[in-house]
Order: sequence, then C-alpha cells, then structure tokens
Amino acid sequence: MSAMKHTISVLVENHAGVLSRISGLFSRRGFNIDSLAVGVTDDPEISRITIIVSGDDHTVEQVEKQLNKLVDVIKVKTLKKEEKLERQLVLLKLAVPLEKRSEILTIADITGAKVIDISQTTMTLLLADTYAHVLRFEEITKPYGVIEEVRTGTIAIQKGAETMTFKK
Amino acid sequence: MIKVCEAMVECLKKEGIKVVFGYPGAAICPFYDEIYKSDIRSVLVRHEVNGGHIANGYARITGNPAVCIATSGPGATNLLTAIATAYADSVPIICITGQVNSEQIGSDAFQEADITGAAEPFIKHSYLVKDGSQIGKIFKEAFYLAGSGRPGPVLIDVPMDVQNELIDFSYPKSVEIRSYKPTQKGNALQVKRVVSEIKSAKKPLLCVGGGVFSSNAKSEARRLAEVFDLPVITTMMGISAFESDSKRFFGMLGMHGSKVANRAVSECDVLILVGARVGDRAIGCPSEVEKSTRVIHIDIDPAEIGKNLRADIPLVGDVKTVLGQILKHSEQLDHTEWIEQIRGYLTAPPFSKPKEGTVNPKEFLSLLSDHLPRNTHIVADVGQNQIWAARNCKMYDGRFLTSGGMGTMGYAVPAAIGAKMADEQSEVVAICGDGSFQMSFMELATAVQHGVDIKIIVMKNNYLGMVRELQDKGYGGRRSAVSLDGSPDFIKLAEAYGIRGVRVNDKTSMERAFDELNKKGLCVVECVVDDDESTL
Repeated sequence: MSAMKHTISVLVENHAGVLSRISGLFSRRGFNIDSLAVGVTDDPEISRITIIVSGDDHTVEQVEKQLNKLVDVIKVKTLKKEEKLERQLVLLKLAVPLEKRSEILTIADITGAKVIDISQTTMTLLLADTYAHVLRFEEITKPYGVIEEVRTGTIAIQKGAETMTFKK
Repeated sequence: MIKVCEAMVECLKKEGIKVVFGYPGAAICPFYDEIYKSDIRSVLVRHEVNGGHIANGYARITGNPAVCIATSGPGATNLLTAIATAYADSVPIICITGQVNSEQIGSDAFQEADITGAAEPFIKHSYLVKDGSQIGKIFKEAFYLAGSGRPGPVLIDVPMDVQNELIDFSYPKSVEIRSYKPTQKGNALQVKRVVSEIKSAKKPLLCVGGGVFSSNAKSEARRLAEVFDLPVITTMMGISAFESDSKRFFGMLGMHGSKVANRAVSECDVLILVGARVGDRAIGCPSEVEKSTRVIHIDIDPAEIGKNLRADIPLVGDVKTVLGQILKHSEQLDHTEWIEQIRGYLTAPPFSKPKEGTVNPKEFLSLLSDHLPRNTHIVADVGQNQIWAARNCKMYDGRFLTSGGMGTMGYAVPAAIGAKMADEQSEVVAICGDGSFQMSFMELATAVQHGVDIKIIVMKNNYLGMVRELQDKGYGGRRSAVSLDGSPDFIKLAEAYGIRGVRVNDKTSMERAFDELNKKGLCVVECVVDDDESTL
C-alpha cells in the first residue's frame, strides 16, 4: 500500500488545549503529519484545522475515526484531490545586491509572488500558492541566496458551492 | 450566591452520588469541607490510585459513573494509572482533582502538575475549570460524557481559588454537546444484512465482550444466542455474560483462553463480535481470522470497527439497542450439529495433583466457585491469578471484574471494595497473587474502616509468576527480579488489620477456608501454590 498524502479538514471548538489534544493524538497513534495549519473561522467559537497526513487508506480512516472521538472535534472531512483548492504561504528573504533587483522583480512577476519588503541588501517575497508551485518557486529563487524562509502549513477549501461549515 | 465548592457537592447530589472515594490535600480542601457538611459518604483510601479503582469497581456494578477525588500534584498524578485502567476497560469514572490557584498555574508552584495534560492520552475528556460560573455545565457534561456512548473516565481539575468563587448556581436540566452525538440505533439496512448473514451461516459463532455489560445487554445477548442457537465464547471482559454451565458456552478466547474457544474461532464461518474490540491478547492473528471467516462487528465506537480486524458487516450502535433491533427479525434456528461439533473438542483434563504442602490453584478456584452463592462477584487481579480465575471460576449471576485492557496489578482489592459497596447483598471475592496483593493491600484498612465485607484470596507462589514463567521459557530460565522473598506472612498481616486469615495448603484446610469464606466479615485466604505452577 502506498503512502499517499491526504488533506483532512477538521472543525473544532475554539478552546484552549484543543490543538494539543489533536497533535497528541497524532503522535501517540503513530500517524505522520506533513503539515498542520489552524485558524479561527467566520464563527469565532469554531476553529478549522487543516492537516496533511501521509498514509494508506486504512490509516486515513483511523485518523478520521480517532479525531471524531475527541469531544472538541465537531466535524472531520477528508478532501478529495479533485474537489479541493489548496494553498500555502511562504515568506522568503533573499540576499539581493542592487544590480539584481530587477531580476528578482521579474521572477516575482512571473511566479505571482509579491515583494513585501526591501532593504539595501535584501528583498522579502511573499507567495501564496499550491504546494507544487511553492516548491518550484523555491527552486528558482535558490541561486539568489536565501537568507531565511518561513512557510505555513497547507490550508484547503472545497471547490464550488460545497462547504463543510457547521450548521447550528 | 454560593461557593463553587458547595455547588460541586450540589452537582454530585443532582447526579445521585451517594459516596465518593478519595484522598484530601490542601488544593482540594474547600471541596472536602463541603463534602463534610453534606450527607455524601466520604471514603478515605490509602493511596489515590485505589480511589480510582474503587470507583471503577463501583461503577461497573451500578452501571453509573462513580466519583474519585485527589488533591493537586502528586495526588492527581497518583490517579493516572486508575484513569488509564478505566479508559482501557471503558469504565465511567469521574475524577475530581484540586489544582493550585489560577494565577499560580504555570509557575511550578508547590504540588502543581498539569494533570489535564498528563491524562490526555488515556482519558475520554477533561476540564480545567477557569470560570467558576461554568461549574454546573461542566459537571453535567462530565457525567453525560463518562456514562454515555462508549463509557470512560472524565477529569475535572478545579483550581483552589475557583473552588472559593461565589456564583449564582443552577444545575442544567439537559446537556447539549454539538460535537458529541454517539450513535445509539443501528442502521436499519446493516441490521438486515447482519440478520441475513447469521441466517445463512452454517457455523456462526457469537463472541461477547465487555460492551455487553457497558450497555446492560446481558439478557439481550443471551436471548440472541438462544434464538439463533449460537455457540458462544467471550473475551476476558465478557466473562460472566453467559452462565458457565450453559450448554452453548465454550469459555474465553485468546492467548490465555480455552483451546475449544480458539478452535471454534478458527472453524466458524461467521464470527459475530458484540461489544468486543479485538485486542491483541484476544485475537493474536487477525489476518488468519479474516481469511477463513466472515466478520460481523457490532460496537458503539466506530473507531474499533476495522481497527484491528477487517469487518465484513460493520454495525455501529449501542449493543442493547442493536441486539433489540436484530431480535425483531429473529426466527428460531438450529445449530445443534455445529454446537455438538465444538462440544466434541472439550477436554476436561483432571487437575494435576499438587506438591505436598501446596494446592492446585486451578482446582481450588473451581471448587471455590461451587461453594459460593450464584450471584457472587469475582474480582481478579493481574498475573497468573487472573488467568487461573478467568479459566476456572464458574460464573452465574455475578460479575467477573478484572483490569482486562491495561492489566493493572493491584486492581482487585480496591475494585472488590467498590463492587461490594455498590452491591452489599452479593458476596465479592478478590483473587490476587502475592505480587499484586502487595500493590494494594493497604486498602485492607479502608475496608476495615468502612466495614466493607470482602473476601480476599492470595495465591502465594513466592514469584511474579507470569513473568517468572516467561523468563523460564523465553529467557533461558534467568529469573530476573521476580522473586518475592521478603514478603510478609499474609495471615499475620490480615490479623494486624483485625481480619481473619486462613492458610490453605491441603484438602482439609481448603474445606476450612470454604467454611470461613461463607461467614460474615472480612477474610484473607492465603493459598499456598507451587512456585513452578503454570498459567495454563
């Protein structure tokens, strides 16, 4: 069985300690997390956690069931490849001498990144895109000397009118 | 306006709590002061873990959540093993712990421990109370969570300053947790599939687990077996769901189970698992079962279905409700031939003759259960004594209690105290080893103090017998740290507590012990067993 990557969206009560319950569950059951992103939703009492998990179908089924057993977990859904939109955010600080600035601007323009800060010797770029595109972006910018990189976990939403919002 | 600690006692009263088991300390004193003023009976244990185990025994007999209490820090951490034990066996206990003052949390204050964090991996749910006005809602939820769905332990950690807050108190009438909706009723289509699978089976086998007790579904399980004419086996947690002398009952399966039960598993064509979680000691090789058998798995916890064993027909729901649904489609089947086939595998080897000055523990337990009333509860500890008891005690209308999932040594004495307090009309017998007894014999004082009339059998073989056996077989006979030399004379120990003691080392003393065990009052029986006695 192959270890596929799966995107699991989880709606949880926005309480203290919920994140540690979720992350603890993953470590003690031996599930592998590639990334985890958490933020509050339009309902301030509910947070949404997006978890990227590696594993076979049996693992993913167990992850879903075990998550559902946590009392703070309201809803769990594995988003299928064809039905989801995914993004992650990367902040990249490059060492850029004056003469290279225009090259970097061109790269930013083509890749869809934004320059959000500039100094005598550096430029900081922001890119919010798919995991694959972020990897390409890293490849392209590598030769310019990356001083610092910060990435978020992937977040995901369903395409079209589908939602996993909790209805009261 | 009342204090939160007073409200906590009110909450317990609203939940019908008559008795609490625990150990006080500074951080829980406000609550203990209110217990003192109330008519709730307070039992001081001699170690916090045993407060948890007493609550465990009490809850398993009543079927309702029972309460244990500890103070902050070491008091709370001492409870952890009892929490893990209750979690593994799905027993509803409510653990109330004191915590340091709110503003001290995180400062490494005296007797501070993050107990909600520490218990997280093996607890159903926990609360650290930050706002005293929420206390009613929290208690209501805690009792509901502990006792509903798949039962389990719930912890409420209350900082001392919160216990002293003044609040307007009212106890909620109902509880609504949007993220917690256990499935009670089985899916109608799945129920039909289960029924037709059983009806078309040639060699169906019913395997009953602890879920049958959690769901109070013993009579439904017996009815199911009658109507579909099924042979029955149980897991360790399911022992006593069927009467030992039932013609369709073939004992416990698994590593330490009966040969005939295991043979039935390998020869059946449809295995009906009811409230059993397919633990590794019960079904060691799930892939073998998957190859030869169609599996019907009925459980309230969807996460248990398909976790260790592939289920051909999963059915999620409360066992009592689901069996009721199945029984509506029942028609009398006849599996006489198949049951007779299994019966043919039964062998009753005579108990081997014990060495001079010892008794055969298996024979002793078998005879003991003939001398006890039919509604006796047996509480087995952990180790060889547990397997001897599981295989040889005959069960009828009483419960067989043991720490099946966690295998917690020291469980039997406190759990027996809890069982007896929950059902004073029935005899309760704890079966211990000399190792496990020494993990909790301090609770003899608790039993004496509160006049709890339990009987205790200590199987004395001078070793941690099960580990000794493992070392003899798997580690070249190197007996590493298993000798119990230095143990006290258990008769004298009992007498030091003012308890009758009887030593059994031959047939005559065995008869005397049976007489003593049938008299009122606490009694410790030391049963002298050959050092090399085997588990099976």
